[in-house]
Amino acid sequence: MAEITLVDAVNQALAYAMRENENVVLLGEDVGVNGGVFRATNGLQESFGEERVLDTPLSETLIGGVAIGMAAQGLIPVAEIQFMGFAYPTIDQLLNHAARIRNRTRGRLTCPMVLRAPFGGGIGAPEHHCESTEALFAHIPGLRVVIPSSPERAYGLLLAAIRNPDPVVFLEPKRIYRLVKQRVPDDGEALPLDVCFVLRPGDDVSIVSWGAMIHDVVAAADQLALRGISAEIIDVATLKPLDVKTILESVNKTGRCVIVHEAALSGGWGAEIAARVAELGLMSLLAPVKRVTGYDTIMPLFRLEHLYMPSIDRITKAVNAVMEFA
Amino acid sequence: MVERYVRPDGEIVAQFDVRFSRFIEPGGKVVCTPLPPWADDSGVLIPIYRTMLQTRAFDAAALKLQRTGRLGTYASPLGQEAIGAGVASAMREEDLLVPSYREFSAQLWRGVTMTELLLYWGGDERGSDYRVPRQDFPACIPVASHCCHATGAAYAFKIRRQPRVAVCFLGDGATSKGDFYESLNAAGAWHVPVVFVVCNNHWAISVPLGRQTAARTLAQKAIAAGVASEQVDGNDMIAVRAAAEFAIENARSGEGPRLIEALTYRLGDHTTADDASRYRDASEVNAARARDPVSRLHDYLTGTEAMLSAADEETMSAEIEQEVNDAIEQYLATPPQPASAMFDHLFSELPQSMLDQRASAEGEQDHG
Repeated sequence: MAEITLVDAVNQALAYAMRENENVVLLGEDVGVNGGVFRATNGLQESFGEERVLDTPLSETLIGGVAIGMAAQGLIPVAEIQFMGFAYPTIDQLLNHAARIRNRTRGRLTCPMVLRAPFGGGIGAPEHHCESTEALFAHIPGLRVVIPSSPERAYGLLLAAIRNPDPVVFLEPKRIYRLVKQRVPDDGEALPLDVCFVLRPGDDVSIVSWGAMIHDVVAAADQLALRGISAEIIDVATLKPLDVKTILESVNKTGRCVIVHEAALSGGWGAEIAARVAELGLMSLLAPVKRVTGYDTIMPLFRLEHLYMPSIDRITKAVNAVMEFA
Repeated sequence: MVERYVRPDGEIVAQFDVRFSRFIEPGGKVVCTPLPPWADDSGVLIPIYRTMLQTRAFDAAALKLQRTGRLGTYASPLGQEAIGAGVASAMREEDLLVPSYREFSAQLWRGVTMTELLLYWGGDERGSDYRVPRQDFPACIPVASHCCHATGAAYAFKIRRQPRVAVCFLGDGATSKGDFYESLNAAGAWHVPVVFVVCNNHWAISVPLGRQTAARTLAQKAIAAGVASEQVDGNDMIAVRAAAEFAIENARSGEGPRLIEALTYRLGDHTTADDASRYRDASEVNAARARDPVSRLHDYLTGTEAMLSAADEETMSAEIEQEVNDAIEQYLATPPQPASAMFDHLFSELPQSMLDQRASAEGEQDHG
């Protein structure tokens, strides 16, 4: 079996879901003939036809909105927003409609849709193409927010998102779209939603992260291991609803918690995790929770991007700080 | 002075017009013939008239409930009853209504109950869990955002080869929004069976139509999207129904989307939280009362064709009064949902991580 990239794994999951269930339809800008600007939908229009792989007008509000109309009629739309930076008009649709239609009709109408969007920095892309605003989506009650960190996770989590009867925002870290390859059997096996994965067990510190940053966290953990520091790595995967239990169990064991994300510090999802650890796990902490994040600045254009993104160095320094504290 | 290089004799590459229809004028007089074939059929017209009366009686009762603290903020449909009833009567049961928040006459026609409407405006989600019609969308408050849903549902009808039509109601203010235009544009590009009905009541809360747009008509906004459109007198139920019937059956037969601009007037305040006397003259409202849709259809029905007798109307009014009273009684006798109801339909299954929040809400209620 050949090894595939994360973006290939997305494609493989979409194709599996479309074969498995004729109600699954794809829509978005350039998803058809062009196969998506990152090729996530490459070849799918050819295989499944123009009706099921629909090129939309350049209308982001519409993309989220028509998916809701389709979903209420029993289709399972997987909508692509080309870049997260263009998703904001359709937050109106997600917040006011997708997330609440089941609740406001007492389950009479439902919204089994997935909204996919590539996000995050680190590839030298133009302005508006690099932000990590997952917390905006994770704040919305009734929405699931899922972020894969590898080809294997992308395949299993995307299948789970498509099979889930509720709306899921599936954010794809584009920095690692082609960074790593893994063998991902096309067996239709989904991974569980709503759980954090313990990526690597450890004893001294819990490093909690998601998406592309996981790879920097792993590299930092490798360096720390050489110095005898054993880091437990938690891949959050489903940001909302948050599996606090797995994080608390880990912190309970290690006594230290470092949270790493690309997004800006204030109100980032790390703040939610830190608050939960403080509320529910204070007595197990040996040191204050530490966050390694982007700054509360406008994400710079790509000449300064590397200074904005949490680096391996910043992660190891943060771990050193909590180790030195106690 | 800037030179103008556009040639005044340049070739005309596109030309459009917007047609207006009215069959019955105030007073019930026929001003245009031939009338649609059902215009002398009391079997068609009386049930529609009944729905308009129901809506009006419901509205009066709802306003009273609100003023006595037994209903939340409420949006009156006064003066717009002909549009909902006329359009809904041209829909099939299996068609899909995607309403805004003032289309009670359409909803009542399709089987939504007065009790459900009262529950919704009385602050209870169960008011949107219609026993009938199960698939219709609930009221949409963020204006125009629901236009996308209508286009999406119509896309589902199209690819499943279902002969169904989505009918979306919106107001004049909503046509200033991008989501309206995006939905209209995609409906045109995809050629899906959706009909947009713009209830142009001339006021978006305090902003009059002239401040909303420089467009001469709202129907012409569809032309820009390549969608056929027309304008009708929205207070003339016959004109509304004729246009709706054509648009809906056209869409059903694969001829694509259509937009109807129905001219009407919001006789009441925007909602019970609004005071329209702050921004418009009583004289304007009084002039609009003379164009009232209910009395116009009444005058037509009791006129030359004599389709409705005074005795029939009296019986009908008594029945409706009883229906309204029964609905109020049922609404007021419905106890609120338990605290756990906030969690029951958030997801198909409540995530494990939220069980503690539900327990906390339930505990709060127990101690409250």
